[in-house]
Amino acid sequence: MPHGTSERRTSVSVAIAGSGGAGVMTAGNMLLEAAAQAGYYALMTRSSGPQIRGGEAAAMIRIATHPIDGTDDRYDLLIALDWMNINRFAAEIPLGAASVLVGDPDQGEPPDVFVKSGARYTPVAFKAAAKKIPNGWPNMIAFGLAGALVGLAEETLASVVRKSMKKGGDALAGSLAAMRAGVEAAAAIAGVPRIGAAPPQTARWLVTGNQAAGYGAIRGGVRFVAAYPITPATELLEWMAPALAKVGGALVQAEDELASINMILGASFGGVPALTATSGPGLSLMIESIGLGITAEVPIVVVDVMRVGPSTGIATKSEQSDVNIALYGMHGDAPHVVVAPNSVADCLLTTQWAVHLAETLQVPAIVLADQFFGQARAVVERPADVAFAGDRKTAPAGAESYKRYAVTASGVSPMAIPGTPGVTYTADGLEHNERGTPSSQAADHVAQLEKRARKLASIDYGTHWADVEGEGDLAVITFGSCTGPVREAFARAAADGVHARLVSLRLLAPAQPTRLAAALEGVRRVLVVEQNHTGQLYRYLRSEYELPGTVTSFHRPGPLPMRPDEIHRQLIEWSRA
Amino acid sequence: MTISAQPQAALAPQAFKSDYKPVWCPGCGDYSVLSSLTKAFALLELQPERIAVVSGIGCSSRIPAYTTCYGFHGVHGRALAAATGLKLARPELTVIAAGGDGDGYSIGGNHFLHACRRNVDMTYVVMDNHVYGMTKGQPSPTTEPDWDSKLSPGGTGMRAFNPLVIALAAGANFIARAFAGDPNTTAALIAEAISAPGFSFVEVLSPCVTFRPEQRDWKQMVRAAPVQWTDDAARAARRLMTDDGMNIGVLYKGSRAAYRTHVAKTSKRPADLEEEFRI
Ligand SMILES: Cc1ncc(C[n+]2csc(CCOP(=O)(O)OP(=O)(O)O)c2C)c(N)n1
Ligand code: SF4
Ligand SMILES: [Mg+2]
Repeated sequence: MPHGTSERRTSVSVAIAGSGGAGVMTAGNMLLEAAAQAGYYALMTRSSGPQIRGGEAAAMIRIATHPIDGTDDRYDLLIALDWMNINRFAAEIPLGAASVLVGDPDQGEPPDVFVKSGARYTPVAFKAAAKKIPNGWPNMIAFGLAGALVGLAEETLASVVRKSMKKGGDALAGSLAAMRAGVEAAAAIAGVPRIGAAPPQTARWLVTGNQAAGYGAIRGGVRFVAAYPITPATELLEWMAPALAKVGGALVQAEDELASINMILGASFGGVPALTATSGPGLSLMIESIGLGITAEVPIVVVDVMRVGPSTGIATKSEQSDVNIALYGMHGDAPHVVVAPNSVADCLLTTQWAVHLAETLQVPAIVLADQFFGQARAVVERPADVAFAGDRKTAPAGAESYKRYAVTASGVSPMAIPGTPGVTYTADGLEHNERGTPSSQAADHVAQLEKRARKLASIDYGTHWADVEGEGDLAVITFGSCTGPVREAFARAAADGVHARLVSLRLLAPAQPTRLAAALEGVRRVLVVEQNHTGQLYRYLRSEYELPGTVTSFHRPGPLPMRPDEIHRQLIEWSRA
Repeated sequence: MTISAQPQAALAPQAFKSDYKPVWCPGCGDYSVLSSLTKAFALLELQPERIAVVSGIGCSSRIPAYTTCYGFHGVHGRALAAATGLKLARPELTVIAAGGDGDGYSIGGNHFLHACRRNVDMTYVVMDNHVYGMTKGQPSPTTEPDWDSKLSPGGTGMRAFNPLVIALAAGANFIARAFAGDPNTTAALIAEAISAPGFSFVEVLSPCVTFRPEQRDWKQMVRAAPVQWTDDAARAARRLMTDDGMNIGVLYKGSRAAYRTHVAKTSKRPADLEEEFRI
């Protein structure tokens, strides 16, 4: 089928791979921008080899006519500028018999793993063609080729090239010519589905989950951040550093995570809403001090952009295996808040909500975000504005016989902010009485434990505790980055006549047994879906909730993202069991 | 939040002392350090609500609650980090970090190095007794290598840490040594440290009469430093490396500008930040 007549689909997935310096990320980002300009939804994830710089890399782009929060089962098109170690991406870029594989014949034959998939191979001499174009580069040919094959207009592709090469001149002319050579080469390649008509225009953003989380934090009122760099949280911090400075806040690079967590405790003790972002190894180091925040009742937000663990694990890949540490990491009885965003856009709302909860309840809140969202760049519907903002109850100057840790009905007691006369106190990680004086009395310990636990029940978590969708007597409970693939699996299962309810938990702690029971009313069977090796969410649900009927756990570890197909198959099997 | 700077009457040292009874052993050097600290606050005519005393864990780290200032009694070793965050978030406050030799040089050693380097405008008072007092007598980084204890029989065999030399090498802007047994001099040194810009470090020899009773002899061993402080780091290093650790006074004053957080040229409302995401 020549490309002009190829099938039109609601979602097309493309990967562009090559060795370091080949510019595949540039080409991928430009394709993402072209899709955005043409009015589509899109999502790009990245992968690279173990080398710090210059290793093999792949940009994986999915373009769709509807909002998407995950990758598809297979790639329709893989363009490889060369084959150096590209076989390492075979599991991450699954191809099928219907896929199209494009490679440079001067760089050798495609590796067996790709050939075995049955994908149709077409050679395109990227390097030789680029050599003939003054200032032309192979990656720009690949960009033009990919754009044309999926059905984006040449003018859209050209405008993205112009935008990305503002300096103009020979470089721009060369890139435009190379892009056009790619568009021309597309005419000879058959079998790549084209994307269907663009959906009606809406207000959209092109944003990463990490940026969305950073922006949510600022909207929630965070004005102080201290952090130590760690993949995949670094980009969140690098986005926040200049952004905070613009809104009158500050970011400090700390000497380690022990410092960053204590710096934000110090800042928040000083009355300034504060946040740190890290990943599993850093969260592990912070745990003792998060316990201090709980006991001394100092609000803080800790964003954990989860990567594959334990230990250094796989730094650049997603896994939802920090559920246990986030829920249970602290020694002692340590009530706190754990929330998890379930889409790139939701990183904004959930982080903003975390600030609101932390400040209102004077408690540490952990945001369990997925590397998948953190480092994915996506076209998303502009998130609705929410009014969540820090709402800390403070003590007025000279309050009569002030007691920082007064045992109140709600459990929340007014916090004196340094500078306020007449209400000075010492915030303490030692167990204390209502005044804050260290105390080893059993009665004080019980009263303060209960006060700290009671706080978490004193707020209305509203509808944000979970996204609840669908009908039927089957239900899937999931969270985070599994939510998108579960939704897609649901759509496919509906075509098979299988219908189920979805509960995507945003609030992991404190547990909401009454709300979940209501959401699962009439449900006969429950499937818990998560991306880790031991079913951490499943075990938590079994301990904290009365779940109706039979409960099954579907879990598998990273680093590969959950695909709709595996969940769909699981759903069908489970619904018939 | 900012504080209105209305002139207020100068307070007596007593006004900075809380009514909590310290947990310290009778004769502990830390009592005198508390007196010196409150005297320094009075000398500088500060108000308690504009001061924050931040500490970690140890006998000495109990000091915040014994003042009428705002206090933060955190976890072991992290006082400097908490104090740094507080001072950067609330620059108008006077921030004092305080604690012991174990807290500051062992578990918190990394923060000590980086606090000196970072040079945030605050004062760090270490009550050094060459021992872990709170955990009942184990060697600390400043303990002599052959000091015998239950946990390290026959001594650690490790060379004692020289905190002043390390502070100098790492970039502290003000370095002084004080002795708890001379509270007036100590008060003056702490007051000078607070007034000095950047990171000021005051190492106070503060005897642990319970686990290091021989430190009672420090009274006979200390002396005023024989020469005036220097602003020449090389000269200061030579003096600090060769003295016997008993010279009292200001030993080094640098002229590095205090750390400041990055300030943007353009200011924006939070909602303006989303411009860059719009398609
Ligand atoms: C993480 C952690 N490890 C160990 C301890 C136990 N601990 C409490 S105080 C202390 C040493 C205190 O020594 P120093 O800082 O010199 O204070 P001093 O009691 O001598 O004034 C130790 C090891 C602790 N509280 N926390
Ligand atoms: S054990 Fe030593 S340091 Fe601790 S209070 Fe007693 S004398 Fe002071
Ligand atoms: Mg000590």
